[in-house]
Amino acid sequence: MVKSGLTKQEIFEKTRQTVGLYNLNFDVYAGETFVLMGLSGSGKSTLLRCLNRLISPTSGSILIDGDDIAGMDTEELREVRRNKMTMVFQGFALLPHRTVIDNVAFGLEIQGIPKNERYEKAEEAIYKVGLKGHEQSNTSQLSGGMQQRVGLARALATDPDVLLMDEAFSALDPLIRSEMQDELIALQSKLKKTIVFVSHDLDEALKLGDRIAIMKDGYIAQIGTPEEILTSPADDYVSEFVAGVDRTKILTAENVMKRAEPFISINSGLTVAMQLMKKHGISSIFVVDSNKILQGILPIEHAVNASKEKKKLEEAFIIDFQKVELHTPVKDIIPVIAESRYPLAVIDDIGKLKGVIVRGSVLGALAITKEEES
Amino acid sequence: MVVPSLPIGDYVELGVYWFDDNFGFLLDLFSSFVSTLITGFRDMLMFLPPLAFIVLVSMFVYIVSRRDHKLTIGTAAGFLLIEIMGLWGLSIETLALVLSSAFMALLIGIPLGIIAAKNRSLFNVIKPALDFMQTMPSFVYLIPAVIFFGLGNVPGLVATVVFAMPPTIRLTTLGIRQVPIELIEVADAFGSTPIQKLFKVELPVALPTIMAGVNQCIMLSLSMVVIAAMIGARGLGYQVLVGIQRVDIGQGFEAGLAIVIIAIVLDRLTQSLTPRK
Repeated sequence: MVKSGLTKQEIFEKTRQTVGLYNLNFDVYAGETFVLMGLSGSGKSTLLRCLNRLISPTSGSILIDGDDIAGMDTEELREVRRNKMTMVFQGFALLPHRTVIDNVAFGLEIQGIPKNERYEKAEEAIYKVGLKGHEQSNTSQLSGGMQQRVGLARALATDPDVLLMDEAFSALDPLIRSEMQDELIALQSKLKKTIVFVSHDLDEALKLGDRIAIMKDGYIAQIGTPEEILTSPADDYVSEFVAGVDRTKILTAENVMKRAEPFISINSGLTVAMQLMKKHGISSIFVVDSNKILQGILPIEHAVNASKEKKKLEEAFIIDFQKVELHTPVKDIIPVIAESRYPLAVIDDIGKLKGVIVRGSVLGALAITKEEES
Repeated sequence: MVVPSLPIGDYVELGVYWFDDNFGFLLDLFSSFVSTLITGFRDMLMFLPPLAFIVLVSMFVYIVSRRDHKLTIGTAAGFLLIEIMGLWGLSIETLALVLSSAFMALLIGIPLGIIAAKNRSLFNVIKPALDFMQTMPSFVYLIPAVIFFGLGNVPGLVATVVFAMPPTIRLTTLGIRQVPIELIEVADAFGSTPIQKLFKVELPVALPTIMAGVNQCIMLSLSMVVIAAMIGARGLGYQVLVGIQRVDIGQGFEAGLAIVIIAIVLDRLTQSLTPRK
C-alpha cells in the first residue's frame, strides 16, 4: 500500500494498521558508529530489530557482506546472528539464573563452543569492559552500569562485526551514562566494530555518532555527520530537534575558522610582511615554512621595531603563542581566545596552518546557526 | 411450556462404558504400568528399616535444603513420631502413592504446559478443560476411575493425577509466558535454536514459577490420595476412613497427624528446591 503511494494516515484509516517503517535507504560503513536517533514511536528500535530480523520487514533488503538478511532462511539467519551481529539491550536483558561469566559466554555456548574455550573468550570480553574480578558474581548484585557492561561483554564475546545497541545507556543515571559513552568511544577506537546505536538522546547521538540518522514517523529525515545535522538541518523537524543542543560542544575549530590569509613565508622580508598587513588591515600575520607548517606570529609593532633595528623577519616573530587544533570544540576555544592578544591559529595534527579564528568568527558561527533555527 | 430434558448423565455413562468395553486392553496395559510404578516407589521406600530411612531422608533434606537445620530436625522428629504412632507402613504406602501420582502428573503436565505456552490455540482448548478438572468435585473422578480400573491403588492414582495436574500445566504455561520479551530477544539475537531457547532461557527463567506448580501438584496429590481411600487406595487415607466409620477419634487423629507431617515435609522440601532470585 505504501508502494501504491498512499500516506501513512490513509493506510491507517483504511486498515487500522500502522506503517512502522517505510522508504528507508541507508548504508552503514564498516567500522563506523551509526546512530539511529528519534523520539519514541519514530521506529528506530523497530528498524534496529529489522537489521537482525527480530522483526522481519515486509519488503526490502538488508545487505551484510553482500548477503540479504531479509531473504535468509532460519539456518542462514542463525549463522549471521551467531557470528556477525550481536545486540545490546536497553533493559540489559541478563539471564537472572546465570553468573556474570555465564551470561557473557551465552553467545559462545549457543554456538556449541566447549566450556574451556568459551570461558577464555568470555574472560577476555569481561576484561575489555572493565569487570575483571566479577566473573562469578550474580548479575542482580551488580549496579545498572555494571550490568550493562555485562551486556556489552556478552555482545563482544562472540567477536561479531556488527553491534546493534538498542538504547543501551538510556536506563542508566546521567553520570554513569556519560561514563559508559566515554568507555564505548575508547573501546570503539580500539575494536573498530560497526556499531548501530539507537538513541533518543541527541547529546548522546552527537557524542557517539560518526554519522546520525534522524528518524521521524518511520522514515529518515536526515542522515549526516553531527556537524552536518547541526549546521544544515534538512527540514524543520530536524532543526527543531537540534534546537536545544549546546553547539559549543559540537562545533569545532574547523567549523568556525576563517581561511588563514594572508600568511607569510619565513624566508620573506619584513617589508613584504608589513605591506601585506597594511593591505589587509590587520595587526599581525602568521609565519609558515615552505610546507605551510606554522612557525610563529608576527605582530605589526614587532615588525616595525625590527625593521628599525635592521633585523631579519626570522628574528622578529613570536614563537610562544596560542594555537588550537582542527577538532578542538568551540567550548574549549572560547576561554583561550578571550585571553589571547592575537588571532588564534588553527593547525592540523602535523602542525600545518589551516585557518584562523578571531573573536568575531566564533560569535558569528554561533549566531548563524541560531538564526537558521528560528 | 415443557422444558425438554437432556439426560447428560446418561450420555456420559454410556460413553464411559463404551470406552471401557472397547479399549479395555489399553486400560489393562496402563493399569499394570501404574501398579508397577507404585510398587516400585513403595519397595524403594520400604527397602530400609524405618530408623535408617529417617536418618537417610534427614541427610537428604539437609543437603537439598542447603543446610536448613530447622527443616532437617523437623523432618527427623516428624517421621520419628509417625514410627512411634505405629503408622510407618501406612505412611510409606501413602507416600509411594503421592510420589507416583505427582510423578505422572508432572510427566504429563510440564510438557503440556510448555506446549500450551507456545501455542495459543492449544492453550485455548486446554484452558476450559483445566477449569473443568479443577472445579469438578474431586469425588466425581472416583466413579469412572473405578469403572475403568476397579478398586485399589490404580484408580486412586488416576483420579489423583487428574486432580493434581491442572496447576502444574497452568503454572508452567504462566512461567514461560512471563519470561521477559527482552530475554527471548537475547536468545534469538544470539542465534539460538528453539530447543536452546527453551532449555537455556525459557525454562531456567520460568523455573521458580514451575516449581510453585510442582509444589501445588504434590500438595494436591496428597489431599486426593486420602480421598482416594474411598475406592480402595491403601495408606493413611484408609485409616482416616475407618476412623470415620467407627467414630474412632483417636485413630482418625493419629492418621490425620501423620498426613500433616508428610504434607509439611513435602511442602518445605519442594519450596527449598525452588531457586531463589
